[in-house]
Amino acid sequence: MEEITNLFNGFAVVAQPFNIMVMLVGIVLGVIIGVLPGLGGANGVAILLPLTFTMSPTSAIIMLSCIYWGALFGGAITSILFNIPGEPWSVATTFDGHPMAQQGKAGEALTAAFTSSFVGALFAVIMITLVAPLVAKFALQFGPAEKFAVFFLAFCSFIGMGKEPPFKTIASMMIGFALAAVGLDGVTGQLRLTFGFTELLNGFDFLIAVIGLFGIGEILLTMEEGLSFKGRSARINMKVVMQTWAELPRYWMTSLRSCLIGCWMGISPAGATPASFMSYGIAKRVSKRGHNFGKGEIEGVVAPETAAHAAGTAALLPMLSLGVPGSPTAAVLLGGLLIWGLQPGPLLFIEQKEFVWGLIASMYAGNLIGLIVVLTCVPLFAAILRIPFSIIAPVILVVCAIGAYTVHNSTFDVMMMLVFGIVGYIMKKTGYPLAPLVLAIVLGDKAEEAFRQSLLGSQGSLGIFASNGLVGTIMALGFIALFWPLIQAGWSRLRTATA
Amino acid sequence: MSESQHAAGNGPHQRTIEITVALLTALLGLITIYGSVKVGIGWGAEGPKSGFFPFYIGVIIVACSVVNLLLAWMVDRVPLFAEWGQLRQVFFVVLPTTIYVGAIPYTGIYLASALLIALFMKWLGRYSWLLTAAISIGVPVAFYLMFEKWFLVPLPKGPIEDWLGL
Repeated sequence: MEEITNLFNGFAVVAQPFNIMVMLVGIVLGVIIGVLPGLGGANGVAILLPLTFTMSPTSAIIMLSCIYWGALFGGAITSILFNIPGEPWSVATTFDGHPMAQQGKAGEALTAAFTSSFVGALFAVIMITLVAPLVAKFALQFGPAEKFAVFFLAFCSFIGMGKEPPFKTIASMMIGFALAAVGLDGVTGQLRLTFGFTELLNGFDFLIAVIGLFGIGEILLTMEEGLSFKGRSARINMKVVMQTWAELPRYWMTSLRSCLIGCWMGISPAGATPASFMSYGIAKRVSKRGHNFGKGEIEGVVAPETAAHAAGTAALLPMLSLGVPGSPTAAVLLGGLLIWGLQPGPLLFIEQKEFVWGLIASMYAGNLIGLIVVLTCVPLFAAILRIPFSIIAPVILVVCAIGAYTVHNSTFDVMMMLVFGIVGYIMKKTGYPLAPLVLAIVLGDKAEEAFRQSLLGSQGSLGIFASNGLVGTIMALGFIALFWPLIQAGWSRLRTATA
Repeated sequence: MSESQHAAGNGPHQRTIEITVALLTALLGLITIYGSVKVGIGWGAEGPKSGFFPFYIGVIIVACSVVNLLLAWMVDRVPLFAEWGQLRQVFFVVLPTTIYVGAIPYTGIYLASALLIALFMKWLGRYSWLLTAAISIGVPVAFYLMFEKWFLVPLPKGPIEDWLGL
């Protein structure tokens, strides 16, 4: 019951005129970011983060999370109308969304996509409302060993659940940890891995890495592919919306299943992209009209969009309650919390009630506003994509440079951004995932601190990570996640052997 | 899209690049190990020394790089990383951006941005001088108003801004 009261207090925070304005601005900026190539949830939030330093933390997080919702919505527009996924998690939406647009059913496809996104997000937010306080209460008992075990679990699920080659995932994650270690050691106060470069005293900032890896890297990829935008026009009117809405309840099973997949994948940091693919794949296998998938089936839009949005939203649950972000964008938001002087983790629910519940309430309100904004303004956002690449590309480069500069008011950071951009381009082309690298840069110091504190307590014995039921269970789950592909393969071999 | 359809093109092989990347990550791992050993990887007065954690990170990087190197060795020799034509396109973005980034400390961000946008528009888009000038000056001015006036975030300025007294 206490949660309900807190939630209503949260709504009172959100209903302040300034916060409503901030939400609207955030959603619109987010959709624009989602529509533009090279700007996505993670780097969009990273670029705009410095602009929020003057706001109160609550307004700031409302704006940034709304940018995130907007970007989630925006990805669908480019997928359906232009067959260009604006975001990786909307790749699966192109499979059926674009064929629908080609058949002149762009309005239906967009309405289905937006509505599904909204449903997925709503499901995840309700889950966060109910589960997050419990998880936080539970996590209050965690000592350093348990904290490290949670980090371990998060990183292992990346390796086991991701679709990239595991050794590439580990390599990119460990490079992230190495980059995080550069600079002043928080525990001993000693300098390390700087090799005499004074610029590296403070280490590598993950915001710079995110802007470079995702932003500049994406522009380079787009340039290589020589994209020409050829889009379908879209007009959504009330009639189409109503017709589609009347049709959608038929897919409640797909919707519910996608919500669950999305929530699960979002909490374990596999993220929105695999969630959308998995949900699409299962819907295709289960649906009676599965053979028609890929030719413009509305169910093929519902499944990935619901899952992606549920996952994107659910990724905030571990970020809020444990301090472990479930996605790169959640990682950037977590970085924001640190900059505003808030300590992410279970204590947030006790010490910063207004902040936490304001954020959760803004998830409800933001997604509703988002749905209305995208349904009414689609032609406007589609028009942005018609701006030629030769104009939009340098403007995005400039935006990235400004974003990188404003993090620490340093031109050295802008150079680092470019380096990260080239690295990101090559990593993408060679199948090294970017998300684990970013997460490791963000969490590296905290994971290391937890690890060292645990070892201090145990006088250097690794036995501390199996010293009680709780930490042992989390570590065991981590190992299961790590070796999941092997376990799965072994299991299916066992089944075929007995059958 | 249409460019990647030409199968006859030439360029660096995927295999070569994968091997290079694996070697580079191995080098990064070795640097991490070296740096960690320099600050001490053992057990000090306050517990594990500064190099303790990164040392093992470095070891894992090197180990993974070796596996990735072996896997890269087995990659098919035929597929291309990209065609030279495509890489030239990429290079045409990287080069001006490098100059842009290098110029910011001297010219300020506004002038450099205007020149970057103008270059892209003129050379990639072949727009008229009038439109090029309008957009390449308009965008930095808009950013100036947004950052310096609205959000009160100062951006790097150069001689032009000094001369204008901004």
